[in-house]
Amino acid sequence: MERVPVEKKVLKKNDELAAENRQLFEHHGLVAVNVMSAPGAGKTSVLERILPALKSEFRPAVIEGDLYTTLDAQRIEKTGVPAYQITTGTCCHLDAKMIAKALTQFPLGETDLLIIENVGNMVCPAEFDLGEDLRVMVFSAVEGAEKPQKYPLMFRTADAVILNKTDLIPYSGVSLHDLVSNVVKVNPTAPVFAVSCRTGEGLAEFAGWLMQRARSLHKREVSSCV
Amino acid sequence: MHEAAIAAGILEVAGENAAGRPIQKVGLRLGRFTGVVREALEFAFEALTAGTKSEGARLEIEEVPLVVSCPVCKWAGRPAENFCMLCPQCGAAMQIVTGREMEVVWVDVE
Repeated sequence: MERVPVEKKVLKKNDELAAENRQLFEHHGLVAVNVMSAPGAGKTSVLERILPALKSEFRPAVIEGDLYTTLDAQRIEKTGVPAYQITTGTCCHLDAKMIAKALTQFPLGETDLLIIENVGNMVCPAEFDLGEDLRVMVFSAVEGAEKPQKYPLMFRTADAVILNKTDLIPYSGVSLHDLVSNVVKVNPTAPVFAVSCRTGEGLAEFAGWLMQRARSLHKREVSSCV
Repeated sequence: MHEAAIAAGILEVAGENAAGRPIQKVGLRLGRFTGVVREALEFAFEALTAGTKSEGARLEIEEVPLVVSCPVCKWAGRPAENFCMLCPQCGAAMQIVTGREMEVVWVDVE
């Protein structure tokens, strides 16, 4: 028996591929956003609601990750934004390799804001770098105020946290105040947006934040096709 | 769960350092602030090595605690409350020092 010293990251292959994706994004002057949540928290609904605003300044495109079906890509396409569906089969998260493969079929030159909607899952996607510039987490506010402590990693790694379905708060027994304070404990620096895709509350604020961040990450002159 | 992907990553890194020899044991450094369930990882590792020349290989996991530090008042330690990243002394946002590790440290080969 021989002990061989290694000292290497387990996900080094994914990290290397993510770095390649990042270079490709840089080369094409686009900002990439990784949107993560548990299933049914409202990732696609948030995107449907904010894409019209994003389109006023950017040329967005969406990569949809799901286990099965192309339903979400169809929903996005109805907003007039190009969408590419990745179906992972049994894999519970997107990884950098899946994104790299999708990018070969993607009109990168026609996009300056790439939104990647991850597979619905509140644990696994947080560990996999895709090469994104920003991470956004969507959380269904009615699922409970203690969830940031139970699933801290995704909340922690997010650059912004959206608390969706606030219109249902009065029926849920969840304290929005406690929920926000628990998010802040895990991630004191990320802005928290309380939104409702049903009423539209808070979505303009989030869209404004995202556009401001995308502008400041500006890798390309922003087109002025208002 | 993604423990299968993590186990595959461990075996890939270990294999690159095993020079084609069967793997007996892999030393893994695993932070407490990773989304990995230890039992699920061990199960996936066993499943992925079954039927290969490394069948029966084991994981030796060294757990690393979550340690955070305050950039303002320099307080450092384990969060008092579950994953609370606000400084208990001055309330500032703290940074993670350890706890995010997921590294293959060594591999025992035949």
